[in-house]
Amino acid sequence: MMSHTLTASALSAGYGERLVLDRLDFAVPPSRITVIVGANACGKSTLLRTMSRLLPASRGHVLLDGKSIHAMPSRELARTLGLLPQSPIAPEGITVADLVSRGRHPHHGVFSRWTRADDEAVAAALAATRTDTLSERPVDELSGGQRQRVWIAMALAQQTDVLLLDEPTTFLDINHQIEVLDLLTDLNQTRGTTIVMVLHDLNLAARYADHLVAMANGRLHVAGPPDAVLTEETVREVFGLDSRIITDPTSGRPVMLPIGRHRMLSDDAIESEAAP
Amino acid sequence: MLAALTDSVAESRRRRAGRRGLVVGLLLALLAATFLLTLLLGQSFTPPQDILRTLLGEDVPGVAFTVGQLRLPRALLAILAGLSFGLGGVAFQIMLRNPLASPDIIGISWGASAAAVIAIVVFGLKGPAVSVLAVVAGLGVALLVYALSFRNGVAGTRLILVGIGVSAMLESVIAYILSTAPAWTLQEALRWLTGSVNGAQLGAMLPLLAALAVFGGLLLGHGRDLEALRLGDDTAAALGVRVGRTRVLVIAAAVGMIASATAICGPIAFVAFLSGPIAARIVGNNGSLPVPAALVGAALVLVGDYCGQFLLPSRYPVGVVTGALGAPYLIFLIVRVNRSGGSL
Repeated sequence: MMSHTLTASALSAGYGERLVLDRLDFAVPPSRITVIVGANACGKSTLLRTMSRLLPASRGHVLLDGKSIHAMPSRELARTLGLLPQSPIAPEGITVADLVSRGRHPHHGVFSRWTRADDEAVAAALAATRTDTLSERPVDELSGGQRQRVWIAMALAQQTDVLLLDEPTTFLDINHQIEVLDLLTDLNQTRGTTIVMVLHDLNLAARYADHLVAMANGRLHVAGPPDAVLTEETVREVFGLDSRIITDPTSGRPVMLPIGRHRMLSDDAIESEAAP
Repeated sequence: MLAALTDSVAESRRRRAGRRGLVVGLLLALLAATFLLTLLLGQSFTPPQDILRTLLGEDVPGVAFTVGQLRLPRALLAILAGLSFGLGGVAFQIMLRNPLASPDIIGISWGASAAAVIAIVVFGLKGPAVSVLAVVAGLGVALLVYALSFRNGVAGTRLILVGIGVSAMLESVIAYILSTAPAWTLQEALRWLTGSVNGAQLGAMLPLLAALAVFGGLLLGHGRDLEALRLGDDTAAALGVRVGRTRVLVIAAAVGMIASATAICGPIAFVAFLSGPIAARIVGNNGSLPVPAALVGAALVLVGDYCGQFLLPSRYPVGVVTGALGAPYLIFLIVRVNRSGGSL
């Protein structure tokens, strides 16, 4: 497993005239889990899409191991950098094993033949995501959590050292969210895969990230270890929300509790609750 | 443990490839059998040994004309046109992930047909010039439909609706041109409205054969990238497919094939539209569709033409037969797509 560096410098990108990313600088720590959080439309997905070349940069660079990804041959890039987009499409009736084997695409040219190594990569991806028992089932018959594991298996079969995921836990029940995040953590710990993902849930983000990034208005607002980033101040600045931060007794990571306008105890009660 | 799993992955991959191979083999056998039947049995029966002798260059009285001039060119044209329509149609359906996105529904065949009619009736052109104009017009219509349906990217449904509108306009252009050409027979008029392989000549097929070789080769060469597009544009790009470039190549190749075939036989109704879904039904999830769809297209035109000539109470051009098959399927598909969203 090689450690790859992935950095963005002075990166601007967007759709048509509208710039979503504004001269953003970002360095992905190698072999770590980086989680990006931020309010809707702050540019999280756009950042992932630009870093994986789905979207052109209008200014600035994305560098993989010091080389601009926009100058790399696309198959070569796809052998190092994988991306699971927000809403991939499973062709009607396709089986799990068939879909996962599509991840081998960048390892083949027009004339190259399927080899034992390809079958091994597919089998390893099925085993790692515990979808091996589903391998002959059609993808459209699976539950949401199973289907997401299958898509991750496809990305694993691609055997990239860097994996970007755009909201891999959306639409999943909480148990399946934890399952997917545990699986990605296994992957990071056993193989050293560099993982960058966008998550909506701040608490899960703080729980699973080695490096937490909060974005606002197309820029990195603050980045660092979760307990330094997830503060009442950050939540107010990035989400415009008052909150309290406590420590999760299980993981020791920060947990954000939002303060709304209703269902509040009197000030005294809050004080006495907060006191240990 | 992993070795056993690897074996079972390999095993299921080989099983899928085997099933697809079987389907392709059966389609080829069906096509060969129908081809032989159309040579042997027309208005009269011709013994196989006479056909063989004619094909080897001997002059067998009577047979040289019925087989050499009538049946053989007709069957070959039916196969070439069917391959072109089937392959071009399925390429569009896969690329746009919608069975309604076939070139005969979204106006490309009608553009080629209108150009061919104008070239022949108004300007008196013949042969390759007609084909070239038809290809240019087909590409022009493809661009027009694309441009008209562009708003923050192209959504499949909008493209299909715009295409249906453009088709209707082009059909009326064809009807108008045909109405100004009173000398034309009904058969000829029907060629440009529903498609026909009447009056096929071996020499006139060369442009179609060339187009099929070049554009078909190009399409099949990009078959893997096309297959990856079925997972969505983003996923395909993440797998290393250059989505924009692949799309332009696929459109150019598919339009080239469809328009070349249309320039000779007219827009044989619904063959491009039907071949892909029929192939998808029989191949199941056992592999890629372009080759089976091309073979299904050839079988549709060949069988449809034979039915139109000999099995129905009076003689119909092939487009009438395929049209009668395709129209109910179109209605079924629109009802189903409305219910579920649907894909190929």
